[in-house]
Amino acid sequence: MSAAGPPRGTNLAPRETAPRRKPHAWGEPTNDPHISNPAASAESPVVPPTDERVRDIGALRRFLSRPEFGSISGAVLVFIVFLLAAGDSGMFSAEGIVNWATVAAFLGIISVGAALLMIGGEFDLSIGSMIGFAGMMLAIPALYWGWPVWVACLFTFALCAALGAVNGYLVIRTGLPSFIVTLAFYFILRGLSLALSTMLTGKTILSNYEGVSLRDLVNGDYLSSTLFSGHVLTGVFNAMAGWGWIAARDGGEALAVGIPKVIVWWLLLTVIGGFVLARTRQGNWILAVGGDATAAKNTGVPVARVKISLFIVTALCAALFAVLQVADAGSAAADRGLQKEFEAIIAAVIGGCLLSGGYGSVVGASIGALIFGMVQIGIGYTSIDNNWYRVFLGAMLLAAVLFNTYIRKRVALGRR
Amino acid sequence: MDIDYILQLEDISKYFGSVIALNGVTLRLKRGEVHCLLGDNGAGKSTLIKTLAGVHLPDKGEYLVDGRPVRFQSPREALDLGIATVYQDLALVPLMSVARNFFMGREPRRKLLGSFHVMDHELAAGTAIEKLAEMGIKVRDASQVVGTMSGGERQCLAIARAIHFGARVLILDEPTAALGVKQSVNVLKLINRARAKGISVIFITHNVNYAYPVGDTFTLLNRGKSLGTFAKSAVAKDEVLDMMAGGAEMKELMADLEGVSI
Repeated sequence: MSAAGPPRGTNLAPRETAPRRKPHAWGEPTNDPHISNPAASAESPVVPPTDERVRDIGALRRFLSRPEFGSISGAVLVFIVFLLAAGDSGMFSAEGIVNWATVAAFLGIISVGAALLMIGGEFDLSIGSMIGFAGMMLAIPALYWGWPVWVACLFTFALCAALGAVNGYLVIRTGLPSFIVTLAFYFILRGLSLALSTMLTGKTILSNYEGVSLRDLVNGDYLSSTLFSGHVLTGVFNAMAGWGWIAARDGGEALAVGIPKVIVWWLLLTVIGGFVLARTRQGNWILAVGGDATAAKNTGVPVARVKISLFIVTALCAALFAVLQVADAGSAAADRGLQKEFEAIIAAVIGGCLLSGGYGSVVGASIGALIFGMVQIGIGYTSIDNNWYRVFLGAMLLAAVLFNTYIRKRVALGRR
Repeated sequence: MDIDYILQLEDISKYFGSVIALNGVTLRLKRGEVHCLLGDNGAGKSTLIKTLAGVHLPDKGEYLVDGRPVRFQSPREALDLGIATVYQDLALVPLMSVARNFFMGREPRRKLLGSFHVMDHELAAGTAIEKLAEMGIKVRDASQVVGTMSGGERQCLAIARAIHFGARVLILDEPTAALGVKQSVNVLKLINRARAKGISVIFITHNVNYAYPVGDTFTLLNRGKSLGTFAKSAVAKDEVLDMMAGGAEMKELMADLEGVSI
């Protein structure tokens, strides 16, 4: 009998304290788990260090099998294409980069949520409508009811979190596909944004009321101006302009004011999302509930809690998008966020997320969003007609899905 | 009450509406034995397992663990007493790695920078490989995706996981059902190893050929009733086969076929 087994009867569910491996008796550091436990080999014959049934897939194949591979190679390809087609047009100047990176950042924020949700095995088609709705729910209290902007912001986030929870709760309780449930909210929220804003304000685009502009309100509020509006690293940009590295205005300041805060949010969310997915217990739960909810449930993963949390996170990402957009545009409109749910899902798919769940990458989804930003803005720098943008997106989605399916079969599941 | 039993079902009945799924079944599992539960489809095996696992509460009769009566409200409670069930679906996620699957729902954690709780991937990988090696399964790369493993390896992974997390009683629901002969034999070896570790096993199957070599005791179930429990020493393989539902029909069929001249 092995001495390495957990003491039976006392260690029935080692949630926090799984038994640590024993220190090596002979003190020589080794990473080989096969020889780390002399007791184990006393019972079973010494396990050879290699298994003839496991092929050495090598570093390249490992990289190829990463879910991000498709989006990284896609981004490189798109980058090269635009470098060749529009390299001298200003697309790759500081303000050009900030321009398309901002577009990518907005989409990236909701793509992070959409990707996590998709890896968790669900969709949210109400993201786009949620953006329009959240914008109105920020603007109406701030402009018409005289709420401080920070209170209106908190209200918006809380409301969206609640809506996300409702989405998740309905999906979990009814067992209906999230496609149907969130499609309902796609219409409900869009309709509500239009109907409520018309009912309460008589308008569907809100930028000022009784001489007070929404932009001034946002910029005058400490919380919202600090977190959501304006730029960072303005000094660095001005310095670079001073050294002649980037274009400057007549007054000497940089043409590109700085890095918009939306980009900071995007990078932050990508890092947090990627970290949670790869490194935490919750990340393991997300992969598990998306891969096989029944199996996850049977092993003690709180499936309902994980899925509802993911819906809430997605809704909060939409709310963040809306708040940043209101701060950026100085207005809210009921038709904002149109088709954003699809773009977010496409970005997630380009990023390597499987539509069936259980597999994917947050970083990949963010890079998918970057591709979007580059193409959407980049096409304007070329002589190509803007309408080709959608054609490209569709083709990109199709290519990504085909590629992901192929790669998953070939590498992840070991089939040829 | 004989304290030698780790787990006892005494005169258990379970009804689903008008359907009598179990009718006065008694099953007693001795500590450290492999107890085969045999029965054809529809004999009530699944209901019995789910009662043992804490999914169903019996309508009549008593369920005792270590001689003490229990009424499990959830599978979690059964698990906390060390009664682990490995269902046919194995509760494995094919797209996840061996290590992630091994610790699914019970992830080991460590602190990062003194504050963040992160999953201890190194410990998970090391433990998974070590525990599988103990069970005679060689997995070199714990980041290998479970989808690449064979059915037998997956079965063994699920069993090794249950044992690692403190199973004293292992309930195996038709572990050989979907496997070829060679892989089935591996699973039987694994059952043997589990017994050697002092774990009591309930092995559900309808294949006497697999049950007989590893089993110490056999309980036969037919149409919701127990046909009795027999020690291996007291019963021959053919007798077990005879008692199973279909045994009589099989004999009839053989007789019919023998009468046919080709």
